[in-house]
Amino acid sequence: MLACGFFMLWGLPSFSPFILTLRAERLLALVVVGAAVGASTVVFQTVAANRILTPTIMGFDSLFLMVQTGLVFLFGGLSYAALPVTPKFLLETLLMMLAAMVLFSLLFGRGRRDMHRMILVGVIVGILFRSLTVFLQRLLDPSEFSVVQGAMFASFGAVDLTTLYLATGLCCLVFAVLVPMLRPLDVIALGRSPAVGLGVSYDRALVGLLGITAALVAVSTALVGPISFLGLLVASLAHALMRTHRHALLVPAAALIGAVILVVGQGVFERVLGLQSSLAVIVEFFGGLLFLILVLRGAVR
Amino acid sequence: MISIRDVNHNIGSARILKDINLDIPRAGATAIIGPNGAGKSTLLNLVARLQPLQTGSISIDGQDVGKTPTAQIAKALAIVSQQNFVASRLRVRDLVGFGRWPHHRGRMGPEDHEAVDQALAAFDLLSFQSRFLDELSGGQQQRAFVAMGFAQGTDWLLLDEPLNNLDMFHARALMKRVHGVSRSGAAGGRQVLMVVHEINYVAAWADHVVALREGEVALQGAPEEILTSAALSGLYEMDIQVSEHQGRPLVLHHV
Repeated sequence: MLACGFFMLWGLPSFSPFILTLRAERLLALVVVGAAVGASTVVFQTVAANRILTPTIMGFDSLFLMVQTGLVFLFGGLSYAALPVTPKFLLETLLMMLAAMVLFSLLFGRGRRDMHRMILVGVIVGILFRSLTVFLQRLLDPSEFSVVQGAMFASFGAVDLTTLYLATGLCCLVFAVLVPMLRPLDVIALGRSPAVGLGVSYDRALVGLLGITAALVAVSTALVGPISFLGLLVASLAHALMRTHRHALLVPAAALIGAVILVVGQGVFERVLGLQSSLAVIVEFFGGLLFLILVLRGAVR
Repeated sequence: MISIRDVNHNIGSARILKDINLDIPRAGATAIIGPNGAGKSTLLNLVARLQPLQTGSISIDGQDVGKTPTAQIAKALAIVSQQNFVASRLRVRDLVGFGRWPHHRGRMGPEDHEAVDQALAAFDLLSFQSRFLDELSGGQQQRAFVAMGFAQGTDWLLLDEPLNNLDMFHARALMKRVHGVSRSGAAGGRQVLMVVHEINYVAAWADHVVALREGEVALQGAPEEILTSAALSGLYEMDIQVSEHQGRPLVLHHV
């Protein structure tokens, strides 16, 4: 399974032998985002003990969109487009990390470790952000709105190089922190009582893992924009294909699957459809189909 | 010995435990009994540090539960909670293997596999060992979780209503097994502390009984002292006859 993922990854760049550097940059972006989304979703689902939730539920997409809309609203469409990319990326990442941390610490600080309440708050905050975004969009004039619309869908077309390297570095750093936590994750999947009983400092680990999730989602969203369905798809595929409870295998598998799906999706998007659509549409159409087939065949549980 | 000193516990405005001062001796199998809502599970959870202590202190053989690192307590005390739910697809053998986590922290050695084999055999799980947990009945899952606690190999084994979901055959087999491991000289000579509702199992298998009522220790002592008609009738506020069977109390609470 792992070998198959590697094979696909290795085989893929060969369809773009010309303008190699450009392609390689785009490939790097795809791989980074795919891996970040895949890994963060699996971690988040384990922590939340729920296979249907994704970090998107916590209102990340909506926050991203609100930041974008807010910037356009404040600066106007033209100067928004002219904003320096790297500081903007850092600002967005920082903002989203902060939002996540505020949300987490608010709920953990009270001494009650109530996952459901946190998720509920996340959903409500997400709706708040979305409503604010829609409200701001109403106030924009149509030409400026179209600028926002461009940011609303994930795009790998024009990723700034410095930003990309920065994001890659950040992701590598986060993955390095995540690796020693993979084995405790298996125990955390058992739930709070068994995990504490087995001597895992559950609450501290939880905060760390949620922080990692927040960082990965923030980096990938700030880099290319929201990709809502991908996480759910990737996590389900990873669980279905790996058929194991061991996160030392699940998380890398999810990262690989995420990267593979994005690379293949972008390949289809660029080559077959000739840029006539959006990557999100392709990923969600084919991914959704694949997911449905797996569900109907009983492979995904 | 587990010493519990001045422990109070409130949930919201409800007082669950009131000034509990209790020593649980190394008597073998100790049973906590009492009506619903008496605070039995809360007390067990506090001892096992599943809930933070609000006031007072608890120590296990001299180790303060609040101050000792949780990984160290995991080698002295194992707990099997009442509600166990596992989201990931897990085989029975893997679950029992998690009981060895405090010892191997992720990498199982040969002695860990041996301990898992022993636990699987002890709880009659060898034929299910490669089945997924979500394909088992409630009783079989319950046994798997108890086996996991057993595999942890700790001096103290805490069981919160271990007989839940078990049929007569497996309930008796489990209590026999628990009684067996709590004999000094037998494999390990573990100390067992369990919350049990089925009073006749307490009568048959426990060495020491603690009765809680409305958050306070009502009675404690040997089963023969506690399981009397007068004491039980007062504890549960109902008319309970106690007869005798093979030198042990036989509680007639169901008629």
